[in-house]
Amino acid sequence: MPDGLSKRTVSVTVNGQDMTAEVEDRYSLADFLRHALGLTGTHLGCEHGVCGACTVLVDGEAVRGCLMLAVQAEGCAVTTIEGLANGDGSLSPLQQAFMDNHGLQCGFCTPGILTTLTAYLRDHPNADEPALREALSGNICRCTGYDTIVRAALAAAETLREGAKA
Amino acid sequence: MSSTAFVGQRVKRLEDPDLLTGRGQFLDDLKLPGLLEAAFVRSPFAHATFTEVDAAEARAMPGVHAVLTAKDLPPEMQGKRILLQVPHPEITYSVTQEPLASEEVCFVGEAVAVVIADSRHLAEDAAERVIVDWEPLAAAGHCETALKPGAPVVHSCMTDNIAGRLNLAFGDVDAAFRNAAHVIKERYEPHRGTGHPMECRGVAAVYDLTGDAFRIWSSTQTPHNTQRALVDMFGLSEDNVRVITPDVGGGFGPKNQVYPEELVIPAVARLLGRPVKWAEDRREHFLTTTQERDQVWDVSAAVDKDGKFLGVKGTLTHDAGAYLPWGIIMPYISATTLPGPYKLPAYKMAVTVAFTNLVPTTPLRGAGRPQAVFAMERLMDAVAKELNLDPAEVRRRNFIQASDMPYDMGLTYRDGAPVMYDTGDYPEAQAQALAKAGYDDFPARQKAALAEGRHIGIGIGNYVEGTGLGPFEGATVRILTNGRVAIYTGAAAAGQAHRTTLAQICADEMGVNVTDIDVVGGDTGVMPRGAGTYASRITVNAGSSVRQASAELRGKALALAAAKFDVKPEDVELTYGAVRIKGEQGDSISFEELAKMTSGMPGYALPKGVKPDLETSGYFTPPQATYSNGSHVAEVEVDAETGQITILKYTVVHDCGTVINPMLVDGQVQGGVAHGIGNAVLERMVFDEDANPLTTTFADYLMPTAEIVPDCDIVHMESPTPLNPLGAKGAGEGGTIPAPAAIVAAVENALMPFGLRITDCPITPQRIVELIRDAEQQNS
Amino acid sequence: MKPAPFTYHRAETLTQAADMAASLENARLLSGGQSLMPMMNLRYVAVDHLIDLNPVAELAGVSVDGPRITIGGMTRQRAVLEHDGLAERCPIIQEALSFVGHVQTRNRGTVGGSLAHLDPAAELPGMAALLDAEITITSKDGTRTVAMADYPLGYMTPDINEGEILSAVAFDPWPQGHGWDFREFAQRHGDFAMAGVGSLILLNGAGKIARAAVVLIGVDDGPVRLTEAEDMLCGETPSEDLFRAAGALAAGRPMASDALVTEAYRQHLAGVLVRRSLANAYSRAAKEMSHA
Repeated sequence: MPDGLSKRTVSVTVNGQDMTAEVEDRYSLADFLRHALGLTGTHLGCEHGVCGACTVLVDGEAVRGCLMLAVQAEGCAVTTIEGLANGDGSLSPLQQAFMDNHGLQCGFCTPGILTTLTAYLRDHPNADEPALREALSGNICRCTGYDTIVRAALAAAETLREGAKA
Repeated sequence: MSSTAFVGQRVKRLEDPDLLTGRGQFLDDLKLPGLLEAAFVRSPFAHATFTEVDAAEARAMPGVHAVLTAKDLPPEMQGKRILLQVPHPEITYSVTQEPLASEEVCFVGEAVAVVIADSRHLAEDAAERVIVDWEPLAAAGHCETALKPGAPVVHSCMTDNIAGRLNLAFGDVDAAFRNAAHVIKERYEPHRGTGHPMECRGVAAVYDLTGDAFRIWSSTQTPHNTQRALVDMFGLSEDNVRVITPDVGGGFGPKNQVYPEELVIPAVARLLGRPVKWAEDRREHFLTTTQERDQVWDVSAAVDKDGKFLGVKGTLTHDAGAYLPWGIIMPYISATTLPGPYKLPAYKMAVTVAFTNLVPTTPLRGAGRPQAVFAMERLMDAVAKELNLDPAEVRRRNFIQASDMPYDMGLTYRDGAPVMYDTGDYPEAQAQALAKAGYDDFPARQKAALAEGRHIGIGIGNYVEGTGLGPFEGATVRILTNGRVAIYTGAAAAGQAHRTTLAQICADEMGVNVTDIDVVGGDTGVMPRGAGTYASRITVNAGSSVRQASAELRGKALALAAAKFDVKPEDVELTYGAVRIKGEQGDSISFEELAKMTSGMPGYALPKGVKPDLETSGYFTPPQATYSNGSHVAEVEVDAETGQITILKYTVVHDCGTVINPMLVDGQVQGGVAHGIGNAVLERMVFDEDANPLTTTFADYLMPTAEIVPDCDIVHMESPTPLNPLGAKGAGEGGTIPAPAAIVAAVENALMPFGLRITDCPITPQRIVELIRDAEQQNS
Repeated sequence: MKPAPFTYHRAETLTQAADMAASLENARLLSGGQSLMPMMNLRYVAVDHLIDLNPVAELAGVSVDGPRITIGGMTRQRAVLEHDGLAERCPIIQEALSFVGHVQTRNRGTVGGSLAHLDPAAELPGMAALLDAEITITSKDGTRTVAMADYPLGYMTPDINEGEILSAVAFDPWPQGHGWDFREFAQRHGDFAMAGVGSLILLNGAGKIARAAVVLIGVDDGPVRLTEAEDMLCGETPSEDLFRAAGALAAGRPMASDALVTEAYRQHLAGVLVRRSLANAYSRAAKEMSHA
């Protein structure tokens, strides 16, 4: 073990806001967000990279927050569930679709699912059900049995497409 | 006004806006000033003794505040074990866990010491440095071998591993088997899995010296049981122990017991005078959170020449794991569930509960029922095969009819009342499920598929489930001085949307919108008594309490307003958040004014006989369990070369009495089926011969994913129960219960050309390939 | 489940990374982290120093110009999956990558990381073996290459010494018109395969097999080239029986067993998958030929 605990100051832009905090080198991005920055909307479900609850967007791309170190996010733009709502605080089309379609029960896996879908629907606005199911295959939900999540994603995709047209 | 504006509607959830924006507050999200974090030192052996725990190095590490072993716990905890949740006279050794093991550990993961540090990272660093002088002992790794003579004993103080025996019987079984045209003998082996809520367990505690009071947050389904266990352990008054559930990220049963950590963390918070938190990680969850479903059924069915059941007899061996936090209730549920929706004239089941050196078993979504339904439904299929009948037809010939209700099965249920089915139409449920599933066309579809080399199959699973168990759950309903309505209940939610459901029930009584209602639940501080969220019981119990309390409150508001206007109570009515005199342009008084008036306003005298405050409380105590039922039909495709199983179509007919919110019930059913799919084809906790767990990550223990679970076709039948004012029955577990039976039957049906039988679950591709090979070798 | 403490080092250039790798004791290189970080979180792996290769831009990129294809060690799996030029010249890589993990892990996971980790069930080492790739390894002392055939030294043990960095993998793609297939068996998409197979087939003008390559993954310490089957296939007229015979050869070799998967099942799967894979590779090759 190295002498003492190696720490450093990490600066990231989270949901559009510049944030800086000191953390141990070994802190995951998820632990950094949760415990150093107090953004507890990102959840840890397994800490071995399978369940997907900790998924956040780093420079727009979905990544496992438990498998990336906070220090690696230095200078990056991070988006968490706290940053998904519309500018006026109302629910985004994706969030609203989850509410309308009962896409969540306990809500613990929801942050990772919303972030994953945010990036996926941006890149694949015409995604069909099989594609969405594959995109969601890295996110475990124990409550819903997924169907309502898929319905919500399809509904959100439609709303987003219409919004893009308008 | 108690029409149904909200009950029965797909009302959107009050819970969602917070959860969708990251404002949920789960256990590990709590921000408490000066918070310390805990990690536990756990046994690497399934069975071992120890004398020394050397924590000197760990205690000296920077950031470490304390390392405690059993000896270091406060005097009132010495020699004590966790309160047994469900005592039973047939238990041989009522053993629950110690808060920290003092000299013997009986499963991998059992805790022997706790480290308290500035962060979880530091606590884990120190936990690695604690040295224990383990003396490994032989371990019992499976319930059946554990009962063999000479098997290693799970607890050193015992001479065998029998935790209890139960004998359930009715009718003349010997006569049934004497008179049988056919006797079918089978052996069924459902296996262990677990709940895996996405949020693991966790507990945080604050001790307040002034008042000698604990505030404890726990990710539990049963805050009142946690409170009871703490009161028992510390010898305190209930007033001094408040247990609060924050948002809970799923439960599914395993969060319905009191765990050692829930006692140790408060003790440490008091010792150190600092808030302390322990958030279980997934590895700990795999090792220490309770599991379920290993059983061995040796059962025989006696049937007449037409396939009518004359009797069932056999033995059931149940794996209790190392301790009995829930006593022996689960095998009891299994044995009483077996007859299901069928008329069974005679029944005899000898149950042996075996200790093993595995993490304890306690109710897990379905609670002993999926195994029983698996056994009975597989027997139905075996009879169909023996008599060359359609499996649906065999079931039809044996159903209890709607006209038989209420139907006394002949057994006593776990609540002490007879197993008395209240309402339901089982033949109709199956008929609707078969129609929706296209059962009649299936043989043609199957033949066509086979011609293309594809193996598709169909299977049925019927069940009856005792739900809505007492003893009671309570609610207080109050009109607040801000005009809103508040519901307080002991019931703790873990994703089921209690807030929405209870608000719907209250809103209809009180004539307000659901969004005008606040629901505070899962807090012993707001409701002094409660049982917990298990046994699909909250809508029945808490929902009925809310209905009763709301109706009473409504009467009170009407009486107060009538007195105020000096008219008769029948001359006033509730309108939206107010009470007004009937007729046009009558006077009205808002809830806000009424509440202020009755909250002790100087100069205002309450009408004679009316108690202060606009509040009513009630506990609903159901007379007995109410029985939900359903029929599932699974259609699968099996790749006969690789063994891969694809679930093509899944149909559910579900009867949980009056449906309060169809959207939520659909969600419970679909989610329950997903869990059942896991039990049927994916999820298995595997242990080696020495009882070491081998599947301790989500890479080895396979949970259903979005690509595995199909969209279920769900049909609601509503057979309201007369046993509660809502007519509702439980809905949380029915999705899971018959799924393994239906899916395994479908897999077997798909592989009909090979003539094989499947008697265990989960059924894996590897097992399918083995079974096909065995069948081919037998046939050649 | 928090990793044991370590000191993080950010390498900006390959030279800098090589210097760090040469000088730091008990150090590990961090690429995508999708395998290393779980092992560190579980404390199966503890190191004193972690050298982050992610900022080293020169290690990322796919070059498809010219006869040889080169993929930098730090190229993200997603970039490879979505690389049109690569898909055109070597479509099997795209097919194999669709089995690698999930959207989120492919966004971070790298080609070099997968090759260096050398999980027995990993798809990318399988591809490298199938394509007779060469691995480029860089250290403070310079650069060396090692043939993929010689690269695995044992279970999860590649021929990389302390202080060395896997900097690239290169191979000659098969000629236009070849047929390809990758498939694997796992109960869920994205899981480690119990067995997997990649195959390439090139037909001659007479419709006979001019060249064949078959690799198995998930059945042994590292990827296994089925040279015996390849020899058997070459010069033959493709047929179901021929592919079945190749499958039987695959199924006949010794394979790994573990707590969850038996050797017999792996062998059985290998036989089925090889047969199916060759049949599909052949049908694609035939289709390519008919287009030509």
